Amino acid sequence: MSNDKKIDELSGTEVTGHEWDGIEELNTPMPRWWLGIMLLTVVWSVGYVILMPGIPLLNSYTKGLLGHTDRGRVDTAITDMHEARSVYAQKLLTTDFQAVLKDPDLLDDPAVFRFALAQGKSLFGDNCETCHGARGRGFIGYPNLNDDIWLWGGSFNEIRQTITYGIRSTHDESRLSIMSAFGRDEILTREEIKSLTDHVLSLSDTTKDKSPRGATLFAQNCVSCHGENGGGSREFGAPDLTDADWLYGGSRAQIRTTIFNGRQGMMPHWNQRLSADQIVALSVYVHSLGGGE
Amino acid sequence: MTELKIGHDNKPDPNHGQTTRKTVAHGVERSFAKAVSPSTPESLYKKRTQVYPKAVKGTYRSLKWFIMAILLGIYYITPWIRWDRGPSAPNQAVLIDFENARLYFFFIEIWPQEIYYITGLLILSALGLFLATALFGRVWCGYACPQTIWTDLFMAVERFFEGDRNARIKLDKSPWTSKKIAKKTGKHIAWLLISMATGGAWILYFHDAPRLLTDLFIGHAPQTAYVFLALMTFFTYALAGFMREQICTYMCPWPRIQAAMIDDQALNVTYRFDRGEPRGAHKKGETWDGRGDCIGCRQCVAVCPTGIDIRDGAQLECIGCALCIDACDDIMVKIGRPKGLIAYDTDANIERRLKGQRNQFNLIRPRTILYTIAFFGVGAVMVYSLLNRSVLDMNILRDRIPNYVTLSDGSVRNGYTIKILNKATAPRELRIDAMGLDATQMSIVGLKKINGQFILSVPADETLDYKVYLAIKDVSQLSDREIFHLKLTDIKTQENTLTETMFITGNPK
Repeated sequence: MSNDKKIDELSGTEVTGHEWDGIEELNTPMPRWWLGIMLLTVVWSVGYVILMPGIPLLNSYTKGLLGHTDRGRVDTAITDMHEARSVYAQKLLTTDFQAVLKDPDLLDDPAVFRFALAQGKSLFGDNCETCHGARGRGFIGYPNLNDDIWLWGGSFNEIRQTITYGIRSTHDESRLSIMSAFGRDEILTREEIKSLTDHVLSLSDTTKDKSPRGATLFAQNCVSCHGENGGGSREFGAPDLTDADWLYGGSRAQIRTTIFNGRQGMMPHWNQRLSADQIVALSVYVHSLGGGE
Repeated sequence: MTELKIGHDNKPDPNHGQTTRKTVAHGVERSFAKAVSPSTPESLYKKRTQVYPKAVKGTYRSLKWFIMAILLGIYYITPWIRWDRGPSAPNQAVLIDFENARLYFFFIEIWPQEIYYITGLLILSALGLFLATALFGRVWCGYACPQTIWTDLFMAVERFFEGDRNARIKLDKSPWTSKKIAKKTGKHIAWLLISMATGGAWILYFHDAPRLLTDLFIGHAPQTAYVFLALMTFFTYALAGFMREQICTYMCPWPRIQAAMIDDQALNVTYRFDRGEPRGAHKKGETWDGRGDCIGCRQCVAVCPTGIDIRDGAQLECIGCALCIDACDDIMVKIGRPKGLIAYDTDANIERRLKGQRNQFNLIRPRTILYTIAFFGVGAVMVYSLLNRSVLDMNILRDRIPNYVTLSDGSVRNGYTIKILNKATAPRELRIDAMGLDATQMSIVGLKKINGQFILSVPADETLDYKVYLAIKDVSQLSDREIFHLKLTDIKTQENTLTETMFITGNPK
């Protein structure tokens, strides 16, 4: 501090010498206990560094005597969460959702249903949205789960079966069917495929011309799975060709490609990745998206 | 501002030997109190000097005891007041229920999303403080601030154990004897008990009071209750027992803010130097002509809880407790001069009197009018919104992914997540209708129709989500989006709530 102390006339307090537009800063002394508190925080920080992880080293860091780690806390929190959920998880397995979803009155604890929906929603986000899109909106080749159109069935049990074992997955119990590549494997000629495409188009759109040749080809090659009138079959996961919904697109070119190359959409089996109760929750959620039967 | 010079009897007197006489006027003893917060500091850090405020009797002291009794009474009794809200809600009149996210205040119940009521309350408090400050200076600090109330209480306890000012100074200087230890121990035990009672009352506001009190003693109370009990105990003990005026001088922002609220028309505890100066000792029988009424007895300094000399003028440290008024009035009566040498007065009045004009008290000024209007304006808005607060609400979140779903039969379906807020204390059964939309089909996840209707049940004082699907068979005659309302109707009371939403048809714009 400088020797020539300047004193503010009005307050009689020494000034620091800092001045802004004629306003000078007073050098009011701090109370000594304030300094004490600051020193206390310094002492505290020493103790803190000793007890808690603190100083970064080259490849590691000081661990601290208390052995605290944030990861450890997350692990504990997750364990606690699973424990808290286990009560409801048990109830998910013992509840007959196939019946409950038809008649909600059968459920004695509505919280179980809400728990299933909440857990199903987050599981869907983590596991299913990659292919089926946000909230199961669907893309070309990946079914929309909001509508009432189901390839393999939309009841709770069917949905659960599909999620558990997958479609054309590597699991032995997987749902399985084959849509042949009629063109690539030279089962039909290009001309025949063109006629067949015309016929398939006319199934859902009555304004389109009927093709007698196509109808014959359809009867020979397609009815075994898609049904006599093209109404589809859930036994084989064969789509209804008479409705307005097309999994792989409904334009002439898209339908022709489907017949030419065949379609082998695949969904993995989830029974190894998800627990049985999680699959129940997921099935309830998918059922609740609007199309559940 | 003035020609008059304020005397400095606080400074070491050069003629020390001559002024050691104890009486400064007939029957008035000089107090050798020194202002511990003198206006000229010495070093970078200042050691705190203990303030030993002297006991005082008088109008303002009585007023302060009265206010203290009422405020402490409110603080300690409030959690015990019961208020019947029916079986599904707590029966504590004032309760901040963090576990269930509810705030109860007698007939008012507030949900977390209605926190703006608290904002309104804070605005009201601020405006009230502004108004009080513009009218009467730091009355909040002097009479109502918890720091002042508890410090006052602690000082009373201190006086009870250790005696008044002089006895306390003597005691602190004396060596540690068993008597001194006994006095000090008694004081600290009493302080700690008061502190614990303070912390104990605090936590009662957050839980059911009778149950928490029992739980507290048998060790079953929540951990947070013990933590806050300990915190409040520690801070009451430290702040009212030891920190005292240091809180006001160094920590509290209010003294700084108040500088902007106080103008030269605001009533403040003021030493009327126009009447008091020149000060000096007075002998009985001497004339009062040509001198001021201040006899330099320093009683005002002796009673000051912040250790200042009010005669130095308005100061940051002054909390406006008015105890120096009582002390000075007492002396004025003794020496036969009129009361009010120190009084609630304004700087403007001092100037007027110096010019020979009359006193003028301008309580009605643009600033006070504005504060009053703002205060009652905000108050009216709050009362209005509280009276019209709905106890049944519905928020609608329309599905955006996907915006609409085409079903196999060609009909179009939209999904809605509705959140029903039942703020009533009874469970509700609600009917739902789509108003202004020819929906051909409605379904609700987890519900089935009873007598052709969906009955949505919501427990008392809770929110519940439902997923509602509406489908329209033929949308060809509709626009791309149809605005409509969902209406909830209480089956019993017929209370209803209407919320606007829309139906996306997927038709081109």
